[in-house]
Amino acid sequence: MTITSQAPAAEVGAARKRKEDARLITGQTMWTENIVVPGMLHMAILRSPLGHARISRIDTAPALREPNVVAAFSGRDVADVQGSLPCAWPVTAELVMPAHPPLAVDEVCHTGEAVAVVVARDRASAVDALAAIEIDYEPLPVVLDLEAALADGADLVHTDQTTNKAYTWIFDSAQAGTGGAVDEAASGAEVVIRRRYRQQRLIPAFMEPRSVVVDATGDQVTVWSATQIPHVLRFLLAVGTGTPEHRVRVVAPDVGGGFGGKLQVTPEEMITYLASKRAGRPVKYTETRSDSLLSAHHGRDMIQDIELSARRDGTVLGLNVRLTANMGAYLGLVGPGVPILGAFMYNAIYKFPAYRFECTGVFTNTTFTDAYRGAGRPEATYAIERIMDELAVEVGLDPLEVRRRNWIGHEEFPFTTVAGLTYDSGNYEAATDRAKQLLGYDELRREQAARRASGDPVQLGIGVSTYTEMCGLAPSRVLGSLRYGAGGWESASIRVLPTGKIEVVTGSSPHGQGHETAWSQIVADQLGVAFEDVEVLHGDTRTAYKGMDTYGSRSLAVGGFALVNACKKVIDKAKPVAAHLLECDVSDVEFADGAFRVRGTPDGGRSLADCALAVFAAHDLPDGVEPTLDADDVYDPVNFSFPHGTHLCAVEVDTETGRVTIRAYVAVDDVGRVVNPMIVEGQVHGGVAQGVAQALFEEAVYDADGNLLTGTFVDYTPPSAADLPDIVSDRTETPAPDHPLGTKGVGEAGTIASTPAVVNAVVDALRPYGVDDVPMPCTPERVWQAIRNGGGQS
Amino acid sequence: MRSNTQASARVETPDTAVVRGPGDVEVWLSVNGAAHRLAIEPRVSLLDALRDRLELTGTKKGCNQGACGACTVWVDGERVLSCLTLAIACERREVRTIEGLADGQTLHPMQAAFIARDAFQCGYCTPGQIMSAVALLKEGHAKDDSDIREWMSGNLCRCAAYPHIRSAIRDVRDGKTGD
Ligand code: FES
Ligand code: FES
Repeated sequence: MTITSQAPAAEVGAARKRKEDARLITGQTMWTENIVVPGMLHMAILRSPLGHARISRIDTAPALREPNVVAAFSGRDVADVQGSLPCAWPVTAELVMPAHPPLAVDEVCHTGEAVAVVVARDRASAVDALAAIEIDYEPLPVVLDLEAALADGADLVHTDQTTNKAYTWIFDSAQAGTGGAVDEAASGAEVVIRRRYRQQRLIPAFMEPRSVVVDATGDQVTVWSATQIPHVLRFLLAVGTGTPEHRVRVVAPDVGGGFGGKLQVTPEEMITYLASKRAGRPVKYTETRSDSLLSAHHGRDMIQDIELSARRDGTVLGLNVRLTANMGAYLGLVGPGVPILGAFMYNAIYKFPAYRFECTGVFTNTTFTDAYRGAGRPEATYAIERIMDELAVEVGLDPLEVRRRNWIGHEEFPFTTVAGLTYDSGNYEAATDRAKQLLGYDELRREQAARRASGDPVQLGIGVSTYTEMCGLAPSRVLGSLRYGAGGWESASIRVLPTGKIEVVTGSSPHGQGHETAWSQIVADQLGVAFEDVEVLHGDTRTAYKGMDTYGSRSLAVGGFALVNACKKVIDKAKPVAAHLLECDVSDVEFADGAFRVRGTPDGGRSLADCALAVFAAHDLPDGVEPTLDADDVYDPVNFSFPHGTHLCAVEVDTETGRVTIRAYVAVDDVGRVVNPMIVEGQVHGGVAQGVAQALFEEAVYDADGNLLTGTFVDYTPPSAADLPDIVSDRTETPAPDHPLGTKGVGEAGTIASTPAVVNAVVDALRPYGVDDVPMPCTPERVWQAIRNGGGQS
Repeated sequence: MRSNTQASARVETPDTAVVRGPGDVEVWLSVNGAAHRLAIEPRVSLLDALRDRLELTGTKKGCNQGACGACTVWVDGERVLSCLTLAIACERREVRTIEGLADGQTLHPMQAAFIARDAFQCGYCTPGQIMSAVALLKEGHAKDDSDIREWMSGNLCRCAAYPHIRSAIRDVRDGKTGD
C-alpha cells in the first residue's frame, strides 16, 4: 500500500460512539451471572441476623437431606483452610487487624456476615435448604457509636481484641516541613471557626449484583467475578489459598458498575472457591440485592471535626482536621487508607500556611467500609468547601471571593501544597469565571436578595464548590511511603497482527468507562491505523496478565501513559523495517500522519501494515531486526494528576415543607485534554448524580441492634431520573504538562465536587433563618427541623 | 430448550384458572414471537423463566424486588416488571424482551438512539431502560422532559446516564435518526 500525504483526522478529541455499545443494547453481553460452566452448582449463603453474637452451635447436616443439595458447610468446617481476607493497606505499623475469616467461625461481628453455605444443583434448592441449617447464637453487646466505641471500658466489637481503635494516623505540616504549626496559626488568628460534619454511611449500590463463578476442580483454578480488580484478586487468591499463581486465572467479564464497590477481595469470592474445592464441581454464587446492600462494603461514614483559623480579610492561616472514621467490623482491602487519601485534599486548591490532620479508625459492629467513588477525597472536599462558606459568612464576603483570596493562582503552578503534594497545573480562575457566567451567578444573587426581602416562603440558595482531586493513583513510591501493599503502575501491550490490525492488551479493567473506545482512539492516532482496526483486550489474566486495574480515576492518567509509550516503541521497532521497504537509511525515516516516509518526500510512504506484513514474512529483514513489531510498556507515574473545577448549584427550598429542589446545576471541570468528550460528559453526569445523592437522598441506617434498615432500593434510594436536575456541563482545558496526552482523569470529579455544592446551596438558602448547617442527607424532614430549630452549630 | 420452540406464536394453553402445581407444570410461553413449552413450578417468575430456562439473559435482575426496573419487558405490549410477574400468568400473552426488539440485523430506532447519545455506561440497566423508553413513547408519556423524567423514574441507573437517556428518547420521539 502506498500512502499519499493526506493526514487522517485525529481520533483523540472526537465524540466517537462507543465500541462497547452494540452488545449492551441488544442483550448480548457476558455478565458473570450469565456464565454457565458444565457441571456447575449453585451456592447460597446463610448470613448472620445479629449484629454481634457468639455462635454456640451450628449444624449444617440437616441441609444435606434437602432436595438437590450437594454440600453444606460452615466456618468451623473450613476454619483451618479458609485463612483471613486481606487488608492491603496497613496504614500504621501498630494497626489493629482482627482476623477476617470469609465464613465466621465462633463469632459474628455484623449483620449479614456469612456463617454457612449450601451448594445445590439449582439456585432455588440451595436457597430453600438454608432454612434447614441449625444454628444457635448467644447475643453479645453491639457497638455502633464511634465515640462510645473509643471510650474507656467500651464494649468490644471483637471479643478477642482489647480495643475498638484500629489506628491513628497523623500528618502535621510543621513536622513534615511543608508548612507551619496549626496551634500557632490559631492563636494568632482573628477568626477561628470550628465545625463538626458527619459523612453519613453510603452504599456503592452498583446495578449489577456481585456474582462469582469458581472452577477449582483441576490443577487450574478459574474465577469469573464481577470485580474491578482481576489482577489484584489473582495475586491475593494465589497467596491466600496457596495455589501457584500461574495456575490461577481470573476473568472480569462485563462488569455492571463498581464505583469502588467492586474494589475488594470479597468473602463471597473466597467462599465460592472453598465450595468448589469441597464439592469438586464449578460453583456459582450471585448475591441478591438485599445481600448486596447488607454485605458488600459500604463507604464514607466519618465524623469530621474541623478548625479553620483566618484573618478578618478572609485569608486562611491554618486548618486542623480531626477525623473519626468508621471501619465497620473488619478492615477492607484498602479501607484504612481511604481517609488517608483524603488527608492530602483538605487543603484543596488553597494556599494554607499550616495544616494538621489526624485520623482515628474505629471498629463497630457494622459492615466494613472501603472505597466508594472518590474514596476520602469527597469527604475532604465536602468539609473544606462547607467551612469556607462559613468563613465567608463570618468575614462578610461572597463565598467565591473568600475562595479567590486563598486559592493558588494559575501563574503559581507547579505549586507544592501544605500537604506536600505538587500540583502540576490548573486554572481555578478560568473555571470559576465560566461557571459563574453559565449559572448567571450575579443575577441569581439579586433574585435571592429580593426573595429574602419579601419573605418568600420558597427561598433561593446558591452553593459553591471549587475542588481539585488527586487522581491517577499512583506513584509507587508514594504508595510505599503510605504503607500500601502494591504499586501504582499500569501496563499496556500492543500486538501488531500480520494484516496490520492491532490488539491492545491493557492492565486496566473497565466496568462502564468506555476504555475499549478511548484506547482505540489513542492507538489509532499514535499508530496511524483506523479506529475500527483496533481491538482492546482486558480483564482476563490469561491475556492481560499484568495490571493494576481500574479505580481512582487512574486508567487514562496511568494506563493511557503506558499505552502511548507502547505505541512509541512499536513505531521505533517499525522504523528499520520501513527503512528497508523504502530502501533508505533508518535515520532518514520519519513517521507522521500514519505513515513512514523518507524525510522530505511527501509521497510514497509505507504504513504500519506494510511493516507488519514484512516482519510476518521476515524473508529478507536486515540483520538484527527482530521479526515482530509488538511492544509492551509498564508505566509508573511520577506524580498524581490534579483535575479541578468549579461547580455551582442553585436550589429552591420550601421553608414550609423542607423540600429542596435543584433549580440549576453548573459543572465546569478541567480534566486536562479530553480523549472522548461524550464519555467525559457521561462520567460527569454520573459523578454529579452520586454526589447529589449523598447531599439529598442516600444514607445507610442501622437500628440500635445493628440491623441494617436500608436493605432494599425502597429504603436505600439511589436517585431516579425524576430526582435529578439537568446538568449544564462545560470544560476548561489545562493540559497535564507531564502526560503525553495531557489528560488527568474524570471518573470521580463529579462526585467530589457536587456534594458540597448542593449542601452549601441548601444552607445558603436558609441563612436568614439562622441555619448554618443541615446534616446529610438534607431530607425535607431535616431541612424543616433545621429551620424550626433556627440554628446550627455556631 | 430451543428444541421446544415452535414456529407459531399462538398455542392452545390450559385454562390458568385451574389450580396447577405444586411441582413442575407445563407452561407455554410466547416470547419474541416464538412459543416455548416449559416445565416449571408455578412460582417461577417471568424473569427467572426468561433468564434461567430460555437463556434470554438480556433482561436483568437488578433487585428482584420491583424497585429498579432492570427487568422491564413487555407483556401484550405493556411494560411490566418481570421479577414481579409469574411466568404462568403470561400464558396466552405475548412477551417481548430486548432480544426481540431489533428487526433482524436492523436495530430498533431506540437502540440506535441509545448508541448515538451514549445513553449508558456499564449497560446493566440498559435493556430495561430501552424497553421502558419504547413503551413510554407508545403510551404518550414523552411530551416534555419532565414527563419523560416522571415516566422513566421506575428505571434506576446507578451510572446515572439519565440526561443522555432523555436525549435518546427525545430523538426518537422527534423522528431524528440515530446518527
Ligand atoms: S429486578 Fe425487577 S424491578 Fe429490579
Ligand atoms: S448504565 Fe450502569 S446502571 Fe445504567
